[in-house]
Amino acid sequence: MSRAGGPAQLDVRIESKSYRSASGGRLDVLRDLKFALQVGAVAALVGPSGCGKTTLLRIITGIDRDFAGAVSLPDHGRLGMVFQEPRLLPWRTVEQNVRLGAPEATDADLDTLFAALGLSAHRNHYPGELSLGQARRVALARAFAVKPDLLVLDEPFVSLDDALAERLRDELAALVTTRRVTTLLVTHNLDEAIGLADRVFLLSSSPTHVIAELPIARPRGHSLAERTAIRAEISRRLGRAAE
Amino acid sequence: MNFAPRLVSLGLLVAAWYVGAELAGPRMLPGPLSVATAIWTEATTGELAFQLGVTLARVAVSFAIAMLLGTVLGVVMGRYRLADRFADPWLVVLLNLPALVIIVLAYVWAGLTEAAGIAAVVLNKLPNATVMVREGARSFDRQLDEMAEVFRMSPWTRLRHVLLPQLAPYLAAAARSGLSLVWKIVLIVELLGRPNGVGFEIGTAFQLFDVRRILAYAIVFVLVMLAIETFLVQPIERHVSRWRPRPA
Repeated sequence: MSRAGGPAQLDVRIESKSYRSASGGRLDVLRDLKFALQVGAVAALVGPSGCGKTTLLRIITGIDRDFAGAVSLPDHGRLGMVFQEPRLLPWRTVEQNVRLGAPEATDADLDTLFAALGLSAHRNHYPGELSLGQARRVALARAFAVKPDLLVLDEPFVSLDDALAERLRDELAALVTTRRVTTLLVTHNLDEAIGLADRVFLLSSSPTHVIAELPIARPRGHSLAERTAIRAEISRRLGRAAE
Repeated sequence: MNFAPRLVSLGLLVAAWYVGAELAGPRMLPGPLSVATAIWTEATTGELAFQLGVTLARVAVSFAIAMLLGTVLGVVMGRYRLADRFADPWLVVLLNLPALVIIVLAYVWAGLTEAAGIAAVVLNKLPNATVMVREGARSFDRQLDEMAEVFRMSPWTRLRHVLLPQLAPYLAAAARSGLSLVWKIVLIVELLGRPNGVGFEIGTAFQLFDVRRILAYAIVFVLVMLAIETFLVQPIERHVSRWRPRPA
């Protein structure tokens, strides 16, 4: 896969995004939020809850166009997204769900993906017959089947138990590494960010902007000690920003 | 399924009919046997099949048109507030206009034609279908909408796989109530201005005070509609809701 060179990157420059509050005033959610991603980079956005991360993703994915600024997507701008909830079509089988999201995926593509995510036995099941962990896997499979230029993940493992979240994280890490997809992950879980990303953007509370960008050496292969060190570093920076 | 209570209940109905016929006399209420022979005679002459066929064709055509228009209108009104505000008064007027008035006006304005008859039935069913489908369109899942947008699904895929399945329960309800409404109105339309069909037959029988024939046609028609409900509507509904987890 050649994805090198050119303007092929994610470039986000949001001057402001505001909502009209119930009392009629303007509520700024995002202000001067700027960052860029190189092709193949895996970035995590980490910030306090309620800081407008989901709003930011809605802007990047083009669902929300009502903002001041510009967002340019990599290459052809093909998106694969994993939402907080799996958002599968309950009336279509697992395989149909993936195919509808990724009509160009070949049988071989799907076979590999389903095998990698342990879904081979569930291809003909309906989402109502799956556990939450399995449904999340299907959502992952759908996003990867698109062969996205940009993979966006919005708290993809929230409300799973720790062991399962850990396993899914490993599966995701393996997929991201082998396929070299430009990835943007939103999470409030530091371990998740450190375990998956090769750079972390720290976000302020609302109106949100980027406080700091931390490159992470040797991504996706840390020892426990390294992880703890990175954690400490991030906490220090976040604490400083809060002062 | 347990058929026993249904059979007992049906048996009771026939028994009550039998007793009633004995009390009221054959002129007011002919007994079950007498009506059965009337059905047999009408069936052997081919008259029954012809009139039934004509009426069923009218039911099918007007039902299809009303459902199609009602679905389109309902979706548009459910999704776009301006369209809803604009068309709602029309809907209320149409909903509250008695069926008879619509039929008579249709015949007066367009003549005693097939098209006028069908149009009258459609106008009677349309507001009802629209209101039900609108309810469904209002409850569309925004999250799935966003998902379809992010994955750049084509308009056809979104319609076929995202929107219509969400509409299915509402369409089923509209079809159910629609079928029974439509055939009743078709009979009136035939009675008032068509030279054939079950409604026309019943009209003639009424003028001759022939209760036997009225019952014969009514019963056969109800049976046919029951068969359509059991062998067509219910299987379709089961197929459409096959994904719903059922209690084991």
